[in-house]
Amino acid sequence: MRPHLVLLVDPTVCDAHGVCAELFPERVRLDPWGYPIIDGRDIPPVLEVHARRAADSCPRLALHLVEEVR
Amino acid sequence: MIATSIESRRSAPLKGVGHVRRVDSGGDRGRVVDTAPRRRPAPTAPPRPGVPPASRFPRLLAGVDEPTGPVDLPHHLELWGPLDFHRARAGLVDELDASGLAGHGGAWFPVAAKWRSVGAGSRRRPVVVANGTEGEPASAKDGFLLEWAPHLVIDGASAAAAALGAGRVILCVPPRLVAGVSREVVARDGLRMDPVGIEVVPAVEAFVAGQESAVVNALEGRAPVPSFVRIKPVRESGVGGRPTLVQNVETLAHVGLVARFGAGWFRGLGTARDPGTTMLTLHDGRGVPQVFEMPLGVAMRQVLGLSSAATADYQAALVGGYGGGWVSMATLLDLELSEGAARRVGAGLGPGVVALLPRDACPVAEVARVVRYMEGQSAGQCGPCVLGLAALAHALESLAFDARPPRGLLDRVGQLCDLVEGRGACRHPDGVARFARSALGVFGDDMAGHAQSGPCDRVGSRPVLPLPVPAVMPPPGHNGHRDRPGRALREVARR
Repeated sequence: MRPHLVLLVDPTVCDAHGVCAELFPERVRLDPWGYPIIDGRDIPPVLEVHARRAADSCPRLALHLVEEVR
Repeated sequence: MIATSIESRRSAPLKGVGHVRRVDSGGDRGRVVDTAPRRRPAPTAPPRPGVPPASRFPRLLAGVDEPTGPVDLPHHLELWGPLDFHRARAGLVDELDASGLAGHGGAWFPVAAKWRSVGAGSRRRPVVVANGTEGEPASAKDGFLLEWAPHLVIDGASAAAAALGAGRVILCVPPRLVAGVSREVVARDGLRMDPVGIEVVPAVEAFVAGQESAVVNALEGRAPVPSFVRIKPVRESGVGGRPTLVQNVETLAHVGLVARFGAGWFRGLGTARDPGTTMLTLHDGRGVPQVFEMPLGVAMRQVLGLSSAATADYQAALVGGYGGGWVSMATLLDLELSEGAARRVGAGLGPGVVALLPRDACPVAEVARVVRYMEGQSAGQCGPCVLGLAALAHALESLAFDARPPRGLLDRVGQLCDLVEGRGACRHPDGVARFARSALGVFGDDMAGHAQSGPCDRVGSRPVLPLPVPAVMPPPGHNGHRDRPGRALREVARR
């Protein structure tokens, strides 16, 4: 039971600015309307700084980097 | 026993179904009808001695076939005896675990696991919400139960309050039933039955308003739309910021019986994997819908009781409502009545809706109409749902009604289903995707026919699947979000 880092987008808040896909293409791509499609796999430590930067840079603060215990 | 039960079920629940219709909730959303004084001691009546009514079927609908009308409190107590809430406090969650009861609102999540998660790690007293928000237009069973056998539901809600140590019990019922249910709550007050005062509140009538976070939002005076619960689930922070159990009313009615007679009794009907009974709403495409109760695990063939001639009148069936899936009649008849079995054929039991599609209906038009309705029922919060369902509805309408639909529409429908799935705060887009994707499979020939040579000759026939007119939409302006996907849509149009 160790914590995993996962990236979540709150779709009720997201406004399709697309900053996340720009900053973190390793796990985020955009749909035809510009809304992010998040790759739900765990974020490995090597990518954590990029994920955090993407979450912090979201103009709507819709992107959350959360620890999930499984 | 099951066979005789099937014989008897048609007489019982059918009366009254004709007037089970949606009523516009109008402006009274959120009005609280508080009918009970608070904080009274728990009743101490011992359980009635004697053997449980082991062979009784139907369960939830016991007594509704009698000419006396809805099961009032004296009739209810005569049928089932009083409920010992002290016992519920002691071991009801374990009993529910052993009973295998799952949620009948549509998600079929195990009840005991849900109850254990409510307020885990919190010291605040939880709130119990009995969810009678029946947003699915093809479902009538929750309203039927609240109208004809409300006391089992209230028993279950009070038992939940006792088991969880809740300080509030709120019944969300269709607006047309607020007066009737409140009357029954007052009758219970006279006997000091319930451990906690019970509030009766009119439910909001929109498709997504029954999702548990939407119910909580409505009770909190916010727009009745779902929240993004992966960050803050209602089991941790719901009504008044308290841990909140939102449980479907039919599920609570089952709880009312498990609390009386235990898990062993509950498992006396149904199968080991799917114990107990379930309520169903059946649309035969001809008359008024029928509401009835069946043991889980029986074959749909038995549920429907159709002759082979009658079966031949139908081209396919929708199982699980507008978030469910289409199956062929052959698949339907062999299907076992359970969520698991329905999922394995690409549908789901959902809230227990089965709709048969007559041969003279155009399936492509039916599918297009439902998807357009579901698009309109999006809460309007999540871009992929708003834009994806609009595109999906547009593609299906083009397929159904255009004389020369553009090429590649069938592929586009499939792609849009993939695109919207899992992209909302709630499961609304996922349900529409399952509905549309299953239609591609079951009605593949009809769809290909429309795509190649335009509408079939049945396209103008009378619509069969029930849709409320007009659709009730959540009010604009909640959280300042509702206008945003619309703006995004215009931006896309400009690009």
